[in-house]
Amino acid sequence: MSTPSLPRVQHIIGSGIVAAVGVWVAYVSYTQQPAEAFLFPRLISSVFVVLALWTFAKACLGWTKVGNGISVTQFTNLIPGLIIALIYIFWAAKGLGFYTATTIAFFILLSLYDPAPHGALKSWGKRILITAVFMAVMYALFAKLLNVYTPREVLF
Amino acid sequence: MEFLFYMGDVFTPINFGLLLLGTIGGLILGATPGLSPTMAVALLIPFTFQLEAAQGLILLGAAYTSTVAGGAVSAILLKIPGAPANIATTLDGHTMAQKGEGAKALQLSFLASAVGGVFGVLLLIFLTPVLAQWALAFGPSHLFWLAILGVTVIGSLDSASVVKGLLSGCIGLWLATIGFDDIMGAQRFIFHPALGGGINIIAALIGLFAIPQVITMFAKGRAGDGAEVIKVQKHPIGGAIKEILRNKRAMGIGTATGSIIGLIPGVGGQIAGLVAYDQSKKFSPDRDKFGTGHPEGVIAAESANNAMVGPSLVPLLTLSIPGSPTAAVLLGGLLIHGIFPGTDLFDNHPDVAWTFINSMLIGQVLMCIFGLYVAGLAAKVAQVPQSVMAAIVLGLAVFGSYSVQSSMGDVYVMASLGVMMYFLERFGFSAAPLVLGLILGPIAEANFIQGSMIANATDGMAPYFLGGGLNILLIAVVIASILYSGYMELRTRRYTSKEEIVA
Repeated sequence: MSTPSLPRVQHIIGSGIVAAVGVWVAYVSYTQQPAEAFLFPRLISSVFVVLALWTFAKACLGWTKVGNGISVTQFTNLIPGLIIALIYIFWAAKGLGFYTATTIAFFILLSLYDPAPHGALKSWGKRILITAVFMAVMYALFAKLLNVYTPREVLF
Repeated sequence: MEFLFYMGDVFTPINFGLLLLGTIGGLILGATPGLSPTMAVALLIPFTFQLEAAQGLILLGAAYTSTVAGGAVSAILLKIPGAPANIATTLDGHTMAQKGEGAKALQLSFLASAVGGVFGVLLLIFLTPVLAQWALAFGPSHLFWLAILGVTVIGSLDSASVVKGLLSGCIGLWLATIGFDDIMGAQRFIFHPALGGGINIIAALIGLFAIPQVITMFAKGRAGDGAEVIKVQKHPIGGAIKEILRNKRAMGIGTATGSIIGLIPGVGGQIAGLVAYDQSKKFSPDRDKFGTGHPEGVIAAESANNAMVGPSLVPLLTLSIPGSPTAAVLLGGLLIHGIFPGTDLFDNHPDVAWTFINSMLIGQVLMCIFGLYVAGLAAKVAQVPQSVMAAIVLGLAVFGSYSVQSSMGDVYVMASLGVMMYFLERFGFSAAPLVLGLILGPIAEANFIQGSMIANATDGMAPYFLGGGLNILLIAVVIASILYSGYMELRTRRYTSKEEIVA
């Protein structure tokens, strides 16, 4: 038996959330009316909840063998990018306008994760150039070629 | 020979232009580590909205074919498989490149891909109409079990954990029920206004395949990949063709293995390449040379992963059951144009079906020709820093999902599902069965409800759904696939992972 590479608590939390969703889905499926509309969800949720509880029980007992979880380093690395991405998607894209928000988010993400040194002036110029080219391509593709009308608040 | 009648349609200026664009773009995308064929095709779907159905499918099909082949470039020159299907290629391909035979390895890889790919598409051409007619005999109960089979086979065979694979499938089936019920009009699981119209398949596909990859790139931090492209010396193409002809055994094993594996729903190119490599090694008198830069290894692996492409579409085009995650994305591409696979496709839209299939045949040849020239450029693209790739993919995902219905709700759904999938993947869940559940859920439910009505008017639920030879056969396959995967999981870790090869 291989040693689990992840602290058991991470698996317990992860599978616990899935199990909670499974129980909620099963509860809603069996209690909501009209019953005919929930015939198929009942069928699925019965299997869903059994498998989810099984997975949760295995996690609690420390029998989980699959899934590497997230290390502290990975977590600290991904958090800034994830926060920026979520702000971009759930607020800025509509609040600032699609193209403005995308330009800002793209440039910040590029600057955050670019392995090139932050002190070098040349690398900043490169990032600005990449952002400009990317936005020009996106504008040409979506606004001109596909005629997609996007929310426009600030600038464009 | 109906396909020959529609062959000319591939060569209209727009269709051929799209085929070229998809092929060259796919080769470059495929060479980019982190951009899997499934994700590339999912990101391309929004660009097909304004195209006719056949044109959209030509673009998607060409991208599918050439991303699989393009993945060999980074596998050979960087030792980073562009896609899971190219894992086996790294074993000998990269060693050849280190020995100064990079150009030869690339030529062998594209030639073998083309031969395997053409054979696979020919199988698709000749098997599909036969199976499509056979599918006419399927009633609601059979179609219900087929949809369940599609989810369980991928859930059990494509996942490291059978239970988590099946659970992923259940999550997908549940997500498919969100929205208004088709018959009663009742609200089901609408816990946010954005979900009122149900989950849009295209937005979901983009989120489930693109966003986890973006977050994975974030998780690597600012560290560079550290991969250096090996310089490629010139090598005469005639020499590579002679080498292919000398290695007919490896080519035959690769092509046959890939074709057979492609026909089995859920077993992807990664397995095709590795099995073909392994079998080729077993039957080769030079088996000791495998792993040391032996051309047979490259030929077997690459012919297999491209031979798999055509047959993987057979269950999709005949029975609406996608044979692979990429085929599931292509199904999404068909559905947005109002086309349903199966007999409907060949009876009512033969021009769409055959133009698409023919384009894949021509695409294999184009992929071989352009692959040899684009390899250098593709290798440079493969060096694009992860930070740039993450930002580009995120931008494309947001714009792509918004353009589906010009709805921010779709963008929220895309992002939520993507973030959820990243964390689920870290805990051993898999996106492929979830996507299959999401796509096949409505098919399963519609046939379940229709079957229930027939059953209530006749013999009852159990005899209708569990009786009859075909039902029993399908149920037996569902159970067998689960038991087999469970047995294999208990015995050993089944497949070599991408990380293990790269390490």
